[in-house]
Amino acid sequence: MNNKLVLLAVSGAFAVTALQSCKPQNTSSVVSGNASVKAYVAPGKYDEVYNFLSGGFSGQMSVYGLPSGRLFRVIPVFSVDPEKGWGYSEETKPMLNTSHGFVPWDDLHHVQLSKTNGDADGRWVFGNANNTPRIARINLKTFKAEEIIELPNSAGNHSSPYLTENTEYLVAGTRFSVPPDNANGDVPINTYKQNFKGYLSFVSVGKEDGKMDIAFQLECPGVDFDLSRAGKGVSHGWFFFSCYNTEQANTLLEVNASQRDKDFIMAVNWKKAEEYIKAGKGRKEKVKYVHNVYSEATHSASSEMKTEVTILNVKDFPDLCYMMPCPKSPHGCDVDPTGEYIVGSGKLAALLPVFSFSKMLKAIESKAFDGAYDGIPVIKYEAALYGEVKKPGLGPLHTEFDGKGNAYTSMFVSSEVVKWNIKELKVIDRVPVFYSVGHLCVVEGDSKNPTGKYLIAYNKITKDRYLPTGPELCQSAQLFDISGEKMEMILDFPTIGEPHYAQAVLAEKIQKNSQKIYKIDENKHQYVTKGEKESKVVREGNKVHVYMTCVRSHFSPDNIEGIKMGDEVYFHVTNLEQDWDVPHGFAVKGAVNAELLIMPGETQTLKWTPEKPGMWPFYCTDFCSALHQEMQGYVRVSPASSNTPLVWSLGTNLPKAEEPASK
Amino acid sequence: MITVIISSPFSMLILSKNKTMKNLIIITAVFAAAFFSSCGSSETKPASNQTAPAEQAKAETKDPNSYDPKRGEGKFTSESLALEDELDKNMAAEGEKIAGVKCGSCHKYTDEKLVGPGWKGVTTRHQPEWIMNFITNPDPMIDKDPAAQAMLEICLVRMPNQNLSDAEARQILEFMRKNDGIK
Repeated sequence: MNNKLVLLAVSGAFAVTALQSCKPQNTSSVVSGNASVKAYVAPGKYDEVYNFLSGGFSGQMSVYGLPSGRLFRVIPVFSVDPEKGWGYSEETKPMLNTSHGFVPWDDLHHVQLSKTNGDADGRWVFGNANNTPRIARINLKTFKAEEIIELPNSAGNHSSPYLTENTEYLVAGTRFSVPPDNANGDVPINTYKQNFKGYLSFVSVGKEDGKMDIAFQLECPGVDFDLSRAGKGVSHGWFFFSCYNTEQANTLLEVNASQRDKDFIMAVNWKKAEEYIKAGKGRKEKVKYVHNVYSEATHSASSEMKTEVTILNVKDFPDLCYMMPCPKSPHGCDVDPTGEYIVGSGKLAALLPVFSFSKMLKAIESKAFDGAYDGIPVIKYEAALYGEVKKPGLGPLHTEFDGKGNAYTSMFVSSEVVKWNIKELKVIDRVPVFYSVGHLCVVEGDSKNPTGKYLIAYNKITKDRYLPTGPELCQSAQLFDISGEKMEMILDFPTIGEPHYAQAVLAEKIQKNSQKIYKIDENKHQYVTKGEKESKVVREGNKVHVYMTCVRSHFSPDNIEGIKMGDEVYFHVTNLEQDWDVPHGFAVKGAVNAELLIMPGETQTLKWTPEKPGMWPFYCTDFCSALHQEMQGYVRVSPASSNTPLVWSLGTNLPKAEEPASK
Repeated sequence: MITVIISSPFSMLILSKNKTMKNLIIITAVFAAAFFSSCGSSETKPASNQTAPAEQAKAETKDPNSYDPKRGEGKFTSESLALEDELDKNMAAEGEKIAGVKCGSCHKYTDEKLVGPGWKGVTTRHQPEWIMNFITNPDPMIDKDPAAQAMLEICLVRMPNQNLSDAEARQILEFMRKNDGIK
């Protein structure tokens, strides 16, 4: 019946729906009539907001426009992307190097936009790799991952990469506590309590260039550090981490890590840690981790192995960390725009505790402690508690803020978003989501000044929401207008991978800085070809370097002969275009890797090992002009023993083979 | 009452007369607001008013009468160029270097066509300011310049914007003059 009504509405029978719309809402009529107008961005118009979504198990980050929900780009980060040559071109392979070697996949969970004075500054966006612990920095001029740093002593890099209000530090807390990297990890599993540790890495970020470095690590008890948030405003200088499995169980955590009434939110005084490090109190440990950097000058990445970190064991510094009891297996621990309130979301709790930063400081001062947990003082629950939101919903996970004194909490089990007032601890509104919501995002919602216009819910299950596509269905986002008292759903849109956390920022902070081309005269690639006159083929033993150019619509050279079996051929392709939105592609038959997509002014390299003698065509894969189909060429491969001379050309129909031409 | 008006032939007539998408949206919005008003729905506004720059640029240069096919369209005029009779050899040498990187893939310096026309004689076919405007501002000129459009019919590839600075464009012009025999 309801489906019919929707059809009727579309076909113009407004009378029926106009009456129907006053009836109580259910799953298909929850959208009100003007929703489509609110989410409609006309062809040729821009969206107001960029939304950066973690790709979850896709390992990538996606960029959507809001309010339209249109997908603009998938930025390859931790997983290879043959479409863009990411992890396949010689230049990008080092970006996916780790201390374990080349890793082609990971699981990207959380997204953080860089901040200045507690507001999104539109310079970089960071993402974490959960499986093989790393953090990536994406430059928002180029929308490209230009730095990845690995994290030693970590596993399940989940409470990451949350950052401080001036992007001084990113944190990376380990979810799966493990024996430290340089300890013998070959120990019985039931020695968890003795041998397993949870490390929190503090990664410094260069103020100008964004370069990341592991400043120090905190060695903490072996629990599961789940999520984190930096303090801001009054609480700047502190970090908050939710922890579960304070039972320190090592099997069937579903049951065994849910025994205690309360786990903890751990408050870390990172300014204090900084002082201890400066005073030389840290101990150095030998470890191995890589630091990968992509240079936009050489259009190439390098991977460096680093061998040392500085560690503070929090047991030895009793004024560094404090535990705030939090019911029950907390997941989100989110800090409001003022920095005063910290919201804990116990996955199994029937209430939402709100902690007060100023009360916490007083409790520390007056030593209102309730013993210690593995050497860390435990603050009395009531001493740091501002109050509790009673019966908010089932399965609270994450909270974002609108800057108007309200908080929005996702309820996984009851599939709803609940709006509540922070000061009054009263629920104001609740809306159903479809279904099983995880993270939430308000535009600039974790900053000091959220915009309070849109809220997006990222849902784990879509079931009946879209046309079915077999057993595997898309995950989805749902957009709400939160400018009024009531939340109003205005759009569903499917997402790539599984979105965990996402962040959104006003478009004006990014769009004006977006880079259009790489200047060819600034290209410092080792194998750049600046102009067709410089194109050539150079043999160095069995390595053959092809200095190739492309422009609408030909390659130079486009005929190459004299490649022999056993050669390794490197096509270094320089795009000579200097116009926006004119990439060229490059693919050669039988290449066992991928294509290249070469941006204007850029040089990229595809390695190709011929498989047998013959004629091998290559072509441009990115439709570039009316004569794109003509953008092709040939490589002749001869047996290893042949004496075919190495020749290359463009625009010359060479004499036939009986009269070999000399170059 | 409201629904009667919406479903009447008269309102359909309004819809069909207003052909642009914008108008359609406004009308739809008004209707939506109108027929939900009984439920206390709030006022509705279009989601975004931001206009893409390409659209703005088009709006600014709509008047076809303002186009001067001798000068082309761009920032250069014969006064602003004020060419000397004699060749500036250093400038021409710089121009040749830049042309090698940014132009030579498509243009020969003879009269032979490659992707685009050969450069021989270009300074006699076009005014210097036309050349300067065309190489720094190709897209708007290809859209309206008769000579550029005639060339596009032959070459079928729009000359790309190679992002030349004013100084680079001037150096290339000097190289073209040298290529045409000016000493």
